[in-house]
Formats: sequence, C-alpha cells, structure tokens
Amino acid sequence: MSLAKSAGNQASVRSEQRSAGWARYTDSLRYGLHVITHPFDGFWDLIHEKRGTLAAAHTFLLLFLVTRVLKLMLTSFQFISVPIQYINVFEQMASLAFPFIILCLANWAMTTLFDGKGRFRDIYMAMCYALVPYVLIQLPLILVSNILTFEEGSFYHVLMSFSIIWCVFLAFTGLMEVHDYGPGKTVIFLLVTVVGALVIIFLLLTFFSLLSDAASYFISMYREIVFRLN
Amino acid sequence: MKKLTGKMLILLLACLVLLQTAGLAEDGFSTSYTYTYDYWEDVQESPDAYRVATVIDSMSLGLENLENIRINKAQSLFVRNQFIYVCDTNNNRILEIERKGNSFSLSRVIREIQGAEINTFSTPYDVFVDEDYNLYVADYGNQRVVMMDRDLNWIRNYTKPSDATFDQSLNFLPKKIVADVAGRVYALCQNVNKGLVKYEADGTFSGFIGANTVSISMGEYIWKRYFQTKEQRAQTENFVPTEYENIYIDDEGFIYATNIVFSEYDLKSDAAKPIRRLNSLGTDILIKNDRFPPIGDLFWVEQGAEGNGPSKFVDITVMKNDIYVALDRTRGRLFGYDSQGVLLWAFGTKGNVEGAFTGAVSLEHMGYDLLVLDQMENSITVFQTTEYGQTIYDATETYLDGKYEESADLWRGVMRMNANYPLAFRGIGRAVLRQDQYEEAMDYFKLAHDRENYGRAFKLYRKEWVERNIWWMLLLAALLLLVPLGIGKIRKMKGEVNAHELGKIRR
Repeated sequence: MSLAKSAGNQASVRSEQRSAGWARYTDSLRYGLHVITHPFDGFWDLIHEKRGTLAAAHTFLLLFLVTRVLKLMLTSFQFISVPIQYINVFEQMASLAFPFIILCLANWAMTTLFDGKGRFRDIYMAMCYALVPYVLIQLPLILVSNILTFEEGSFYHVLMSFSIIWCVFLAFTGLMEVHDYGPGKTVIFLLVTVVGALVIIFLLLTFFSLLSDAASYFISMYREIVFRLN
Repeated sequence: MKKLTGKMLILLLACLVLLQTAGLAEDGFSTSYTYTYDYWEDVQESPDAYRVATVIDSMSLGLENLENIRINKAQSLFVRNQFIYVCDTNNNRILEIERKGNSFSLSRVIREIQGAEINTFSTPYDVFVDEDYNLYVADYGNQRVVMMDRDLNWIRNYTKPSDATFDQSLNFLPKKIVADVAGRVYALCQNVNKGLVKYEADGTFSGFIGANTVSISMGEYIWKRYFQTKEQRAQTENFVPTEYENIYIDDEGFIYATNIVFSEYDLKSDAAKPIRRLNSLGTDILIKNDRFPPIGDLFWVEQGAEGNGPSKFVDITVMKNDIYVALDRTRGRLFGYDSQGVLLWAFGTKGNVEGAFTGAVSLEHMGYDLLVLDQMENSITVFQTTEYGQTIYDATETYLDGKYEESADLWRGVMRMNANYPLAFRGIGRAVLRQDQYEEAMDYFKLAHDRENYGRAFKLYRKEWVERNIWWMLLLAALLLLVPLGIGKIRKMKGEVNAHELGKIRR
C-alpha cells in the first residue's frame, strides 16, 4: 500500500516538477521583455540570478530565424526586393545561424583567455536574448509594410534601423555584463572576436578540404585494388 | 502504333536539340536576336521588334554603272525627310539616296562645291542637312566644315577658331557635326577635349560646350599626387577629359552625345554616362528612371578579346516621343530606350548575314524605320518594325496623347505577344489606374515591379477601402472603448451601493 502511495507521490512530484519547469520557461520568456528594457541589470540577473533558461534562448533564436524568413517572403515588394524564385529558406536560416554560433564560439574562445567571466552557455544565452527586439519590431512590421505606400516608406525604414540599433546595443551590454568587462575592453574584444571567427572559418575550410582529400585518396585506392583484382 | 510513338519521340528529341541551340549560350549570355532585361537583370528573350526590310549597297544603287566606284569606308549617314545622305569618306563624295515607298535609288552624287576656294572634299567624315536642305560637311582633310545650299553653291566655311581658348598647335579636324534650327553649328573635333566647338550662324566661333568632366577617385589622386615620382607621373595618363564619339541633335535642339572612353566598372554606378543629353549649357539632362542607367548590355565578359567588354555606342538617333536608339560597336547591337531611360528592346549581332554587322558605324531613323551603315560591308541595312515593335510605339504614343483606354488595349496586345515585358504591365497598369480600377492596377504594377506607381494605386485603394469599411471599424472601436467603460461604471456603482449599505449598518 505504501508502495502504491509512494508511486503516486512520485508521479505527482514529477508532474509538479514538469509544471514548475514550464512555469520557469514561460517566466524566462517573459524575462526577455525585462532584459531589453533594463539591459544592464537584466543581463546581470539573466546569468547570475539564473533568470534565463537555455530553452528560452533557443526559442528566441528560432523566432529570429523565422522572422527573418517571413520578412523576406511576406514584406510588401515596395520596401525590399527579394528574388523570391531564388530563395532557399534553409539556406537563409543557415546563413544567419552559422555566423551567429561561430561568433559566439569565437567570443568565448577569446574572452576565456583574458579573464572573461562568461561561459559559452552564458554568451549564447545573452546573445539570444539580445535578438528579442528584432522579433518584436520586425514581425509586426511585416504586417505594417503591407498597409503602407512607397512614399510612407521612411516610417518603415526608421523602425527597421531602430530595431537593429537596439539589438546591437543589447548585444554590446550583454557581453559587457556577461564577462564583467568595461566598455573599452568589450569593443576591443568585439574586434578580436571577428578575427577569431575568421580563424575558425579558415580551420573549418581546411579541415573539410583535407577530409575530402583523404576520402578521395581512400576511394581511389579502393578503385585501384578492385581494378587490379579483376 | 509503337513505330509512330518512336518517330514522335525522335521528332521531340530533334526539337529539343534545336531548342537547345537557340536560347542561352553556356556562359549565360543571350544568343537570341531580340531580348530585354527583366527586373532581376536577367535576359528575357522577346519577339523581334525589327526585321530587315532591305539592304542598300553599291550594287543596288547602281554604282557599278556610274563611274564604277563602290562605296568605300563610308563613315556617316544622315536622313532628312525622304532623303538619305551617305558620307562616302574614302571616295571623297556624298551620296544622296531618295526613298520612294520601299525602293531606294541614287538621286545625286555630290563631289564638288560651286564657288568655293577648295571645291572638293577630302575624307569627309560627316554630313548634316538642315530643314532647307542646306548641306554641312565635316571636311576632315581640308580642316573645315563647309556649308552649301541645296544646289551646292558655297555659302560659308567654319574653320579653326583663332581664339586663344583653342589650342593653336592643334589641327582642326572635325569628325561629327550638327546644326540647330538657328543655324548654330556644333562640331566634334579630333584631339579637342574641351567639348563641342560651337559656331554662331554667321560662322564666328563662340566657345566650347559640354566638356566631359574628369572623374578621378580620391585614392587615385593621392597616389598620383604624393607617391609617384615625376617620371612615373609623366608616363601614366593625364587627368584629361575624353572626347565624345558621336553627336545627334533632336527636334527640341538638345544634343545627344555618346562616349566610348570610360572604365567598364563605372558603367553600372552611372559614373561613365555613355549616353548624354546636353542642354545649351552643356549639362547632362538625360532622364534615367530605370533600375540601371542606359548602358546597353548589363553583363559582359571583361574587356580584352574582340567581342568582349561593355557596349560601346558609336552612334545614336532620337525618334518621336524622345525614344532613342543607340548603336553598339562591340557586339553590333541596337538598344532602344524610351524617354524615361527604360530599355524597350535590344537586338543585333555580329556576322555576315542580313541583320548582322561587321563594322557598324552609323545609325539613323526614318519615321520608325532604322538605317544602319556598316563600314566594312559598305552597306546600309534598313530595319522595319514588326507588329510587336510597332504596337509598343503606338501604345506609348496613345498614352502620351491622353488616350488611356486605347493605350491599355495596345499594351494588352504587347502583353499577349510577350508576357515577359514589364513595360506592358506598367502601361496597362497606368491606363487602368486612370480609370479608377485601383486593385487591378495594383496587380499590374506588382507584375512590373513598379513601386512608385504601385504605391500610388495602393494609396487610392486604401482610401477607398477605409471609406467603405469605416462604419464597422468605428463600431468596433466604440465597442472596445464603451464596453470596458460600462463595466467599470457598473462596478463603481455596485461599490457605491455596497459602501452605502455598509455605512447604514455601521450607523
């Protein structure tokens, strides 16, 4: 009897945990709004008070990519001209996601050598939270673009630039808070990050070209053997 | 049955092979005769706008029988009403050809001027005829522009200006000439880079107009000014403006000038300006309202081998409604643009067949017909519009005349013949917009990628839509405002009642 009871308890505990997890997730999503309006406190608490979750970060990144694709496809042709017949959705997403990840990686690799406090997880989370204004502004802007005329385009363009400036500012403060750097050091490390990213890309290219060379070597050797045996 | 399908298959394959050979070449450049560029700057094949009507050469003019001197390196062509004037440069003569219907016959051979000191021509490069049939000849070898009346009586010489602004060490070598209605003569001279030499009607020199501006980048300037030695600077080319290649004067008295000396990388940014329309001050007032400036082909293999490089316009002619056609030497093509600088069509190629050129040098128009002079073939190719080409012109004209419905119908005809023609969609859209059919107009402008006009149509459509739907929108807004207000009021009243009741109890 006690066994059955404890099993029931466990189930209820698990479901409680699950609902607690869900509550934490929605909380951390809502916390995104706090971060973008109070960046200095927001990013500090995001990491150090564990107010953010990775799940929320993933969500923001995904939303960002989806927003980007929707923008390309649904914005009125008066404001952006996209050769829709040549667009590959996954290519578009990858062309944003890969540089994003590589820059995060490069930033972590560089700052970790120069007493940056952030772990890779923290950097990634902060950067994802910095993308929130892009989603918040550009998603409604897709709709707005379809009720504006060409002459009223300045409204659209101002909001567009505003969202991007906001994101860049957030990313900057985010890095500052995550690594506990001053602004000057952050600027320097942004430049260093770009160099690091280039190095990573170079290494990746070298690696893959070597890999393909090696593969082709074994393939040709196999062919040679097969021909000799016949 | 099986045999039949087999045969059909073979036929189909043959068709496919044929289709493959026409169309795009492997490098993506068009090999079709007539084409346009779409919004994405891709080549779109189009029906022929022009077809060869006839070819005029020494044989067809009967020059064999007459002195037996064939046309030799003719350099220029001029049309005045039904007369065609050919500058037969190496034979030192001007041929006057008269057109009657579709037949062309030699009416005069001009070799001598009556009453002039030097009464023959020496390598004449260009000829111009004004409305009274006075002839102007750019007499290159004699270093003069000579004017004579219709009966070849000498009137005047325009010679080297004695003015200090003209470099006196230079010879006066006029290559192209035009004259305006007031009798002012503009001469394009070899080695003169200050612009066109301008003479008043009485033959006095009155200055230069329309000099090419020197374009130089900041980096280039710093490099040349501060880092090169004197010797290096002497060896590299100087910052001097370049000469024009050809000039044409339109009905309104504006001079169209073409330029072939430029960097091929300056074309798309519109720094090179291969076609210019000069006003009396010499400033370029050509209208460019398309995505790309009028530069001919939008893609080319880098300069080098024969047939590579950007389009180089050696001549230009302006038809009715400011439609202008430029002749490209590089690939022997003609490019037609409307008054807004939008490409109407492009056609032509290099070669020895009809409708192809080996050394096209001069272009003229007769109504809507085009005449191209080839200096290698020594022949004049006469092009006539096809139904397609003519419909485009008619549609433009009727629109400018204010007959919008008629224009829309004509543009619909163009659309039926070529569904890849943005101008047709725009034309229909504009006409439909005038008839207050906003939604339909929006569809057409969207197809034409015409943002400005789409915005205009959309603005009107939006206004109409709001006017139609304002009632329920207001109602909705009112509801959204009133309902919470009402609820709030009721709550307040309830609270007051409760408070009153409570007060009663306390008392």
